[in-house]
Amino acid sequence: MQLSQLRAGQVALIKNLGDHPIANKLLEMGCLPGEWVRVRRIAPMGDPMAIEILGYELALRLDEAAAIEVEVRPHFVQP
Amino acid sequence: MKKTLRIALVGNPNSGKSSLFNALTGLNQKVGNFPGVTVDKKTGQLWLSSSMQAEITDLPGTYSLYPRSEDEQVTFNVLLDEHNASHPDLVLVVADATNLRRNLLFITQIIDLGLPTALIVNKIDLAREQGYELNLQVLSAKLGIPVLATDARSGQGIKELKQLLAEENFGLALPFYLPSEAVQPVLEELQPINGLKPGYRSFIFLCNHDHLGHISNKQHQEIDALIAKHELNISQLQARETVQRYEQIAGLLGSIEKRSTTAAKKSRSEKIDKVLLHPVWGYVVFLGILFFIFQAIFSWASWPMDFIETVFGQLGSWGSTYLPEHWLSDLLVNGVLAGLGGVVVFLPQIVLLFLFLSLLEETGYMARVSFLMDKLMRKFGLNGKSVVPLIGGYACAVPSIMATRSINSWKERILTIMVLPLMSCSARLPVYTLLIGMSVPDDKVLGLFNLQGLVMMAFYLLGFVAAIGSALVMKWFIKERNSSFFLLEMPIYQWPRWRNVGMTLIEKGNAFVLGAGKIILIVSVALWFLSSFGPGNSFDQLEAQYVAQMVDGELSAELQHQFDRDKLEASYAGRIGKWMEPAIAPLGFDWKIGIALVTSFAAREVFVGTMATIYSLGGEDFEENTLREQMLADINPRTGLPLFDLATTFSLLLFYAFAMQCMSTLAITWRETRSWKWPALQFSYMTGLAYLASLLAYQLLK
Repeated sequence: MQLSQLRAGQVALIKNLGDHPIANKLLEMGCLPGEWVRVRRIAPMGDPMAIEILGYELALRLDEAAAIEVEVRPHFVQP
Repeated sequence: MKKTLRIALVGNPNSGKSSLFNALTGLNQKVGNFPGVTVDKKTGQLWLSSSMQAEITDLPGTYSLYPRSEDEQVTFNVLLDEHNASHPDLVLVVADATNLRRNLLFITQIIDLGLPTALIVNKIDLAREQGYELNLQVLSAKLGIPVLATDARSGQGIKELKQLLAEENFGLALPFYLPSEAVQPVLEELQPINGLKPGYRSFIFLCNHDHLGHISNKQHQEIDALIAKHELNISQLQARETVQRYEQIAGLLGSIEKRSTTAAKKSRSEKIDKVLLHPVWGYVVFLGILFFIFQAIFSWASWPMDFIETVFGQLGSWGSTYLPEHWLSDLLVNGVLAGLGGVVVFLPQIVLLFLFLSLLEETGYMARVSFLMDKLMRKFGLNGKSVVPLIGGYACAVPSIMATRSINSWKERILTIMVLPLMSCSARLPVYTLLIGMSVPDDKVLGLFNLQGLVMMAFYLLGFVAAIGSALVMKWFIKERNSSFFLLEMPIYQWPRWRNVGMTLIEKGNAFVLGAGKIILIVSVALWFLSSFGPGNSFDQLEAQYVAQMVDGELSAELQHQFDRDKLEASYAGRIGKWMEPAIAPLGFDWKIGIALVTSFAAREVFVGTMATIYSLGGEDFEENTLREQMLADINPRTGLPLFDLATTFSLLLFYAFAMQCMSTLAITWRETRSWKWPALQFSYMTGLAYLASLLAYQLLK
């Protein structure tokens, strides 16, 4: 599943980063495989989205979020 | 002996780097340029002891040593090129204490460059509030560099930092991360080319040599050949480095960072966002803020602007009264002084706009604006951050173009700059008022709205539509320099730091006066020349003609006005107007309007004054209604009908709505893009658009 497919409030585990021109930039910003990510909100017009990663809030466009492959843990309580 | 320690201040955006810079250097700072780029170079002086001074350069904020924008490229070059004028003796890395993990990626990269480094952990108070416990002694021991906690907002730790800098015994830390074994042989082969020992510095040199300005084309080719020979995948190497650094950082932080309580302040930010990013309230608040800013720039700025205009007007009339009658006096009064007035008069609007912009930036709201508007603006090739400058363009394009700096994507920024002057700025208002008053009846529509007001509003709307429409077209023609991405850190809400706000205002004011001011002055002197001198002896003949009519060595007021009018007609500007006539006749304009088009280039509102001179109403003290009557009474000799009929007036209105007739805007576009190409393009497309629109309107309406 891609991060861009998540709804606000969902928590997921980052599995992998796809082939995207900004994949390395996403890594730098802390979107690392094995990290937890929570979707804080999606902008009213449906794009971009704001996520919580490494304890801070990062906004990114859906096209960028699509590069992040995640696994949703429905009943996960964030640490 | 006086010694200067060169210090580079680096760190992630939002780490409080600028606050720290302001706290260290106060008003002893200046803004220059890094050679060849549009990035501002802020340097400040600081006395560390009676014999030692520090020169601090505030380098653009960056998240890593892999540059993606022009800003980040500057930081990279300063750190990598030992002969760069700003290359530091000491690197001060500023980190956000509430987000050490991400900040450490960049910190450890800097450490591995092998430059003397000290770490400033800023926002320490906020981190404590959020429940972080940081053991900075252990961090210092593990990283092998001095570490100091500060809170630039309250000034805590600044004294200690100055002491630390004065001691200047900065050893070198041990490498934190070692490039993989596989690249070792490559780095050994690279050594004869870049002169660096195999290590991280050489590795990052290899990966990002494309961004380095100080090495020759031949060296670039050699390095590319080396990469090809060893089949290196730079992107993969970078990914591996990032992941491995983060792994090491996680291990390091285990013994340093503890989190006890839950984040109180963060949840406050979340609560605010529930309103400010709400699908309905979010936009309501945003529109409210825009409306407020627009009102403020429009109405609050008019007070000091009127004052400035009065002062310069007074100075001018004193000048013309007391200075001897000579062209030099005239140059001084009508060229230089008028030009200076034209520069200074913008200051209130610039200061006000930047006051609001820096408040939005400081509180963290600006990031939310981008978040709210990005999708809509992207359709037009613009960016969420383009919205505020565009709306500011309704007041004045000059400060608004300066405000586009916060847009990181080069293409989106240049598009914003290009279309911004189409927004109906306040200088168009006097022209609209005069012309709409002439052509549109003062009627009520639906018994409620004033027709003139509605037409005025239509022209304001037209400016906006033209701007985003032009962006839509131009986005196909302007090439992207670096791949556009959004990735925006959403900082938590904070009260503004007034010191930073104040410094921004001083900086922007200076940048405008010193940057664009020069060009405005030059052009206004040139315009003065065009309207004060004529070819051959035409002026002498005129003067002789009027001297003959003098009574007691003076002309009657009426004759004086007529004399001014004839002079303008005989001047170079008048000649240009007549020479232009065949070109502008299809728009319904005659040579008189041509003169006004030329003089309007100083500023659009000059149109009204020029019309007054042409219709012999004289200088300042004319009634606008009289001018309207005079203009309406004018008959076009070609058609035998009134010159200012509906067709011509609307054609003229459209021309003023679209044409680029503002040297200040062109000057600021030049300053912000560092190239004549963009202002030239801006001038041509806007004037072309104006010509077509006017042509169409006149031909259809006549």
